[in-house]
Amino acid sequence: MIRDWVSPHRIGLLLVALGVVIWAAVSMRWDWIPRYAGLGLEGIWRTLWLLALSLLIGGALAVPLGLAQAAGPAFLALPARWFCTVIRGTPLLLQLWLIYFGLGSLFPQFPSIRQSELWPYLRQAWPYALLALSLSYAGYEGEVMRGAFKSVPQGQLEAGRAFGLSRFAVLRRIWLPQALARALPTLGGEAILQLKATPLVATITVIEIYAVASRVRQDTFIIYEPLLLLALIYMAIAGVIALGFRWLERRFTRGLG
Amino acid sequence: MKKFLMLGCAAMALTVGSAQADVVRVGIAAEPYPPFTAPDSAGNWVGWEVEIIDAVCAAAELECELTPTAWDGIIPALLSGRIDTIMASMSITEDRLQTIDFSDPYYNTPTVIVGQRDMEMDATPEGLSGMVIGVQVSTIHQTYAQTYFEEGSELRTYQTQDEANQDLASGRIDATQADSLALDDFLGTEAGACCEIKGTVAMDESILGSGVGAGVRKGDDELREALNAGIAAILADGTYDEITARYFATSIYGQ
Amino acid sequence: MLDWLFQTWPGLEASAALLSLEPPGWGGNLLRGALNSVIIALGAFTLGCVIGIFGALGKLSGGPVTRDLLSIYTTVVRAVPELVLILLLYYAGTDLLNQFLRLLGYRPIEISGLAAGIGVLGIVQGAYATEVLRGAIQSVQRGQTEAARAFGMTPFQTFRRITFPAMLPLALPGLSNLWLIATKDTALLAIVGFSELTLETRQAAGSTRAYFTFFLAAGALYLIMTLVSGRIFGWIEARYRRGQAGARA
Repeated sequence: MIRDWVSPHRIGLLLVALGVVIWAAVSMRWDWIPRYAGLGLEGIWRTLWLLALSLLIGGALAVPLGLAQAAGPAFLALPARWFCTVIRGTPLLLQLWLIYFGLGSLFPQFPSIRQSELWPYLRQAWPYALLALSLSYAGYEGEVMRGAFKSVPQGQLEAGRAFGLSRFAVLRRIWLPQALARALPTLGGEAILQLKATPLVATITVIEIYAVASRVRQDTFIIYEPLLLLALIYMAIAGVIALGFRWLERRFTRGLG
Repeated sequence: MKKFLMLGCAAMALTVGSAQADVVRVGIAAEPYPPFTAPDSAGNWVGWEVEIIDAVCAAAELECELTPTAWDGIIPALLSGRIDTIMASMSITEDRLQTIDFSDPYYNTPTVIVGQRDMEMDATPEGLSGMVIGVQVSTIHQTYAQTYFEEGSELRTYQTQDEANQDLASGRIDATQADSLALDDFLGTEAGACCEIKGTVAMDESILGSGVGAGVRKGDDELREALNAGIAAILADGTYDEITARYFATSIYGQ
Repeated sequence: MLDWLFQTWPGLEASAALLSLEPPGWGGNLLRGALNSVIIALGAFTLGCVIGIFGALGKLSGGPVTRDLLSIYTTVVRAVPELVLILLLYYAGTDLLNQFLRLLGYRPIEISGLAAGIGVLGIVQGAYATEVLRGAIQSVQRGQTEAARAFGMTPFQTFRRITFPAMLPLALPGLSNLWLIATKDTALLAIVGFSELTLETRQAAGSTRAYFTFFLAAGALYLIMTLVSGRIFGWIEARYRRGQAGARA
């Protein structure tokens, strides 16, 4: 491993990279960073919790979606399949705008909405962003879980039944854990794809890290530097996600044939 | 597979080829900004500013080509050479003058706050405290609101003024700040019935600027002077007033 | 049938009028946008495949420096949001290309929005295509290529006659997935103001304030695009797999 890193061409590449970094630090403008550091951290925090919550909600929805398609009766399987097809067949940007502006355009027709207790939440943008991101993740993961449920050998489920476990117990103790373990490598990649989808919510006024970078760009007219820093931040988050899932995989796929 | 490849190559060849230096690409905002620039249902751009661009180019004997560009990135597009001038209701401000040059102004409009009819407010930081205010991204209004209203109010930033208006109608924001002429148009629609003009904001010329001009790259004096000559010509021969009369009740040239 | 629908649901008639193909309906604009989306997607997918083939070959049989540079390319593209890449490449790409041309003594060129869109999405697609094709090429049995060498074929001939046809069926599911991503990623060009389907929809919705109608209509158009191309890919896959019963697993 270490030998790999000190081979001559790697050292050469590292030197080139170092040169680029030094050049960027010296000849590009970074003086805006201290002024926007506070906003930037808030933005990163918002990106992270939108990502985490949408992964949780979307993932939770994906299990029944996958199960319905893999083993459900037709009246459950068909709607589940259609949901996944529609979500996967249309751009997230469009789904986001449909949910935010489309629903918003209906509000004036129903004045009672503004009196309801949900109004303080419905006024804000993040619930719509979270909804759109969660539904999108559920659509993609529903498809993954369908494959995962199907790939668990039938014999194991039958063995569970033979031991006298109820259908639900078979699902909870055998089927679901195995399906999840099989889906884990895919889920890690999908979580990174989900991270890459989060900046779209800036278009419906949610101020996450991408929106902060846009603000720097329009306040200071500096074009490339904020975008480059933004790219680095996303790469760092993606790296952490990849490492996290690798750790999960090692823990949960132990002893899985 | 091969057919895909050939189709793709043909599409590329068609698009890269045309490199004519003498066409002036005029950047307008790709997002609708009625009544200045907006697409119609036949796919053409129409509006006051579109006609003014045509008239200025004709008077200055320039061959112009409208190039819709994302408003959010219109200055980068100018700097990277994707367009040659910006004529998109862009106000001449000190901030922008550090990056680009401007022609002489060709119109000027007061900045107003429009808010929900059933709410008490005026166009001051105190009168708007606690309110949710929507502004369009990369505009003088965003800068102004960030300077004067960010302390006491919540700001929401929209990609287009249309979307801010839409959220005003849906009740998700309490007020929006924009050019009075653009908001007049909205207030005349069915959706605009929700709201009314609450007042004109206090002048701050360093932010709100001194009228709308055509943006050009720094040092592109040839184009800037040609545009100035075109603007002066249509003001002198009455074309400007003739176009304005078809869109607005009063002159919008300012002083 | 239509009359009955309009009578029971009056809003539908207004929506149908807004969507009609002739002005004052906005249907024509939407279809023009959809056509642009398809052209960009085709161009980007093609460019992506070309980059992918070279990338995959570079990763498999290039020198250590080539391999490292390609890893950086695929890692960066797969970790940074497309939106950020598009903005970076859209503005900086043109700038850098022209500076490079000037350095070589050529005149700067103008790049149309269409070409820039295709180029940017193509570079993104290329990173994913590199991985898909690398996997497919790796799973072609060594014996086959060695046999080709033994017959005296050059490496290029080996690739064209043996490796390429053998890996294509294996790569097709991944490529069809990439094509779907390409069609959907064209929507991101709306953010840089390119008039494809999503931007046309946004303009129509903004001008008429019929947000629901237009976003639903655009969704239907995208769905038609993806479903039809899914069928086409299924058909191509079936064709290429003929006589490869063993490859199905």
